[in-house]
Amino acid sequence: MTTAPHRSTDPSQEILRVTGLKTHFFTDEGVVQAVDGIDIVLHRGETLGIVGESGSGKSVTSLSILRLVSRPGRVVAGTVFFDGVDLLTLNDEEMRTIRGNRISMIFQQPTTALNPVFRVGDQIIETLEIHQGLKGEEASGRCRELLAMVGLPDPNRRMKQYPHELSGGQCQRVMIAMALACNPELLIADEPTTALDVTIQAQILDLMRALREKINTSIILITHDMGVVAEMADSVAVMYAGQIVEYADVRSLFTDPKHPYTQGLLNSMPMLGHVRDELAVIPGTVPSLINPPSGCRFASRCSQRFEACDRDPAMLELAEGRRVRCWLYAEKR
Amino acid sequence: MAVANTEHLLEVNNLKKYFPIKGGILRHTVGTVKAVDGVSFTVRRGETLGLVGESGCGKTTTGRTILRLEQATSGEVLFEDKDVLKASSRQMKALRRDMQIVFQDPYASLDPRITVGQSVAEGLVIHGIGTPKEREERVREVLAKVGLHASQINRFPHEFSGGQRQRIGIARALIMEPKLIVCDEPVSALDVSIQSQVLNLLRNLQREFGLTYLFIAHNLSVVEHISDRVGVMYLGKLVELASREDLFREPLHPYTKALISAIPNPDPTARRERIVLQGDVPSPINPPAGCRFHPRCWIARPICSEQDPEFAEKRKGHWAACHFAGEF
Repeated sequence: MTTAPHRSTDPSQEILRVTGLKTHFFTDEGVVQAVDGIDIVLHRGETLGIVGESGSGKSVTSLSILRLVSRPGRVVAGTVFFDGVDLLTLNDEEMRTIRGNRISMIFQQPTTALNPVFRVGDQIIETLEIHQGLKGEEASGRCRELLAMVGLPDPNRRMKQYPHELSGGQCQRVMIAMALACNPELLIADEPTTALDVTIQAQILDLMRALREKINTSIILITHDMGVVAEMADSVAVMYAGQIVEYADVRSLFTDPKHPYTQGLLNSMPMLGHVRDELAVIPGTVPSLINPPSGCRFASRCSQRFEACDRDPAMLELAEGRRVRCWLYAEKR
Repeated sequence: MAVANTEHLLEVNNLKKYFPIKGGILRHTVGTVKAVDGVSFTVRRGETLGLVGESGCGKTTTGRTILRLEQATSGEVLFEDKDVLKASSRQMKALRRDMQIVFQDPYASLDPRITVGQSVAEGLVIHGIGTPKEREERVREVLAKVGLHASQINRFPHEFSGGQRQRIGIARALIMEPKLIVCDEPVSALDVSIQSQVLNLLRNLQREFGLTYLFIAHNLSVVEHISDRVGVMYLGKLVELASREDLFREPLHPYTKALISAIPNPDPTARRERIVLQGDVPSPINPPAGCRFHPRCWIARPICSEQDPEFAEKRKGHWAACHFAGEF
């Protein structure tokens, strides 16, 4: 099988628009600016990859969209328009009718995301009862259907099993079945395959691709693995220290990365079939987000730093859907 | 019996490690996990042998059993022709100077209550090498070698990032001037940009000190980058062993081929064949009869479920355990 051609998306059909999102954590040590001004636009049927290293704010971004940030964290600014409604203005009751129903989520650790004391089937049926109002045989029938759809053989037996009786890959299939129970318009997948072995990862990615075709859901795929992004995403946002530093369609990002961080990231990865003597290195480490450096947050690790970098770079639009936060591309230096 | 051979630093013959499963009220042994089930390979002086496989394939247990951090069930481990598994505790202590290990989790493998200086010097103290002053001098030297600042000697592990902690772990091994370092997933816990720093460091140290590595990892791209030869494990057995070039260019075992094809390619323009294996890795408690891979294998034929294929040299320097090696 070859890589699936990237589907065309309809730009008139915007499903999600995040503007100026800021989520801060008010800790004893100070305010952690985990997400600091994020703009995202997602269309129906589009898959957006959010990549970045640990602590870049990619998971907090997704939790903020779902309003799942817990104390001491708080969304302090921005809007999250989902199908024309600002999620941040909804009350908890209204939010619950959207979360798990029209927007659902797959987490990184499938074995901990499931409740260990309930049977797998009951957990899926609970979702169906709450959001779809299905009851009894109708609900269990739909549950069997979902388990079969995600490729778990013998759904009747699986439904009666507890999470510990399933392997990691099987648990992730159950999570996906649960996430898809209500045919969500938006699916947020936070490192869905990171905890899995490569051969199982390939199975899950295949499954996600097939389901995407089938129910045409939009996906936000959060990952640190550039390979997963290249295979799954239509467009990509690269995050660094709480900000998006580059935004591009997947092809441009890999063939012509603009931001020095993206370039460094791609060059520092060992790539199968391209053995180099020395890997490129991004010196230093990610800055603290309690007192992030003023100016460009990547400047202290950047090989192309110059005077302008002491000031905060704005997000520059180089072309339609191609944005970069770097002074190198400003017309007036 | 092995003949003295200076080319081979380490020779592993038919190594087995079974873990008993206890059950019932009287904690009887109700079964065994065959974590490592007859693994044989050699590591040449100065080379890096990569050992890859998925979780539970026995790669880590292999590394730990070689160092006698686990007691082998049977088999033979020869280090410079000395039998490691039969060594007395006194002989073993001497051997440990030459055989060091770097662990996976830099957060768990350092004692949080002692300073980095004490941590790195620990091996010297145990072996009674040098005076305190000499030891401190040596610690500073080694810290500089792994890219840390000598002024950080009195800091505690929590003051360091993951990448820096892994450098400390490497310094702990390096200070003993070992011949062999078993690197057990040394970069898996690190971010990509930090991972490349540590991989480059390992390679530079190898060149400077003529080190030999047994490099255990699940990430094939990393293993391809660092290794001279690569062994692939599946369910406690080595299924393929070859030079890096041969293994990645022309894998002979269907599992290796599937494993390589499963890696997401960071090139959205690439088109390639993908083999998606069905099902999960079977349990090592009751491994399938015959070839252990046959239930997931797409080229399996009747013989594969009956007869365990021999691990044999199919081409020069290219070993595989498959009845139909390379016949895809």
